[in-house]
Amino acid sequence: MAKHRPGIGRGMGLGRFAKKRWTVFQKNKELFALSLPAITYVIVFAYIPLFGLVLAFKNFRFDLGIFGSKWVGFDNFKFFFVSDQAFLVTRNTLMYGAAYLLGTLAFALVFAIMLNEVAQRAAKAYQTAMLLPFFLSWILVSYVTDAFLNHHEGYLNEMLKLLAAEPVDWYLEPAVWPFILYTVYLWKTIGFYALIFYTGIMGIESEYREAARIDGASRWQMASRITFPLLMPLAAVLLIIGVGGLFRGNFGLHYFIPNDSPFLYSTTDVIDTYAYHALRKLGEIGMATAVGLYQSVGGLLFVLFANYAVRKFSADHSLW
Amino acid sequence: MHRKLDYPKMLIHLFFIAVTLGMLIPFVLVIMISITDEASIAKYGYRLWPDSFDFTAYRYVVQSPALLFRAYGVTILVTVVGTLLSLLAMAMIAYVLSRRDYAYNRQTTFLIFFTLLFSGGLVPYYMLMAQALHLKDTVWAMILLPTLVHPLHVLILRTFLRTLPLEIIESAKMDGAREYRIFFSLIVPLSAPALVTLTLLVSIVYWNEWLNAVLFIENDRLFPLQLLLVRMMANSHFLQTSTAFISGISFDSAASFPVLSARMTVALLAGGPMMVVFPVFQKYFVKGLTLGSIKS
Repeated sequence: MAKHRPGIGRGMGLGRFAKKRWTVFQKNKELFALSLPAITYVIVFAYIPLFGLVLAFKNFRFDLGIFGSKWVGFDNFKFFFVSDQAFLVTRNTLMYGAAYLLGTLAFALVFAIMLNEVAQRAAKAYQTAMLLPFFLSWILVSYVTDAFLNHHEGYLNEMLKLLAAEPVDWYLEPAVWPFILYTVYLWKTIGFYALIFYTGIMGIESEYREAARIDGASRWQMASRITFPLLMPLAAVLLIIGVGGLFRGNFGLHYFIPNDSPFLYSTTDVIDTYAYHALRKLGEIGMATAVGLYQSVGGLLFVLFANYAVRKFSADHSLW
Repeated sequence: MHRKLDYPKMLIHLFFIAVTLGMLIPFVLVIMISITDEASIAKYGYRLWPDSFDFTAYRYVVQSPALLFRAYGVTILVTVVGTLLSLLAMAMIAYVLSRRDYAYNRQTTFLIFFTLLFSGGLVPYYMLMAQALHLKDTVWAMILLPTLVHPLHVLILRTFLRTLPLEIIESAKMDGAREYRIFFSLIVPLSAPALVTLTLLVSIVYWNEWLNAVLFIENDRLFPLQLLLVRMMANSHFLQTSTAFISGISFDSAASFPVLSARMTVALLAGGPMMVVFPVFQKYFVKGLTLGSIKS
């Protein structure tokens, strides 16, 4: 072996170190080559953009470029935080996120347990119907919601007219939007989460259920004492993953479903849509970067917190 | 045996029939709007059962399918190329990370998974794509998504690959096979179940992708379906003013064009096929979810 070669003095330490590294590399170079496409990709598309974050502290001008533009300290952040916008969009992001998360998990859990009570063929038919909206893009869903909410032709207003009530211009009424967005979100995603829990039930089924059935447990007892508690670990994992992502708003939902109506921003705007507006509508590159950085830092804190919670709860499922 | 009426079960069925109706009625409404007479819409608004049926909107789209065909072509191209590249890159790195004897395993794992924790956000990515790589108005702008190498997908694959017995790799090495051969001729076929599920997940992302299209695509010859829908939603006269669409039909007067039903028609033709295709693969979804949940 090279490192035991006699006659090499202490002065050659560095060379020996390099040589050892080189042998290790020689042994692993084929696997290293296989990893290169993905590594190159994340370096170019995830790591190099991190340098762009300096824009959050600059007054960006296209003619001066990223590094030529003037430093402005925390001005971009000040602009965002001094207005009540920062509080508003953060509150919206977190509250909508928490409501979506808890709502889908609770409903999906109950749906899955109920599906388990009917014959498998029927359960499959219901599931297919519930899963249909899941495959649609949010822009496509916005055509569906527009069919209901449009001021002139919308189905909801036609119904109101039938009841001799005044039609409502839904896209001008911020107060009703938490309810609308929540309904649309559940409509689109409930089938997917119900499927996850249903699959979970199938996994625990055989052993425990048989034992309980032999002991003469009623269906209600089996659902509440066996199925429900055994689904809790799965629910907890989904909850924790969800908590880690709370700082990310649902961009497609909050951008397309309210039709990007400025009258609704107070109840529909989330951090993602706000940053997008700052970039596209206002051309405020510095502020949009600052908002993105704020979101990334907030998101990181939530992930760290969520991972800490998992470690307390069950070390097997933590990310590190 | 005497059969008792099972009331709880009947209640559950009633409940799910109601849920199913709730899921499907929105689609029925959109379908009905697409075949409603435009004058009837103006008079009564959207209805679940139209006052008078009319297929003019479909006739226009059939007469001038170029716009929709082109958008389908772009979407299919982006989805196929994007999914292939994404799966190839992710399968390769997942295989490397599944090898516990790989010397740089820790560093590589960190490099990949750190991107899940912290990202530059929208603007730096926009600058990279538009200013540094000059990808505006190219299909690559829609293929090179930030999620092409997705850490969670890599994690699912790696978890699956670690369940494969190490002996096969060892014996292949004994026979003098190189790593890339082991990967392509052993690992890829063996991980087919996991790859099928990931193909499904990744292709849905590409098919439904709209943000990069909105950010980077201005040339209407490169419009994918989703961008077509975005533009048509923002401007209800989009179809009438699109030269690609108009040039295909003989037009008496712009006033006779069924603006409202045509929007829903195009939306249906753009989204409908996916709603038929993806449920077919439902069972692979279930398989993949179970794969993802067994984490060692």
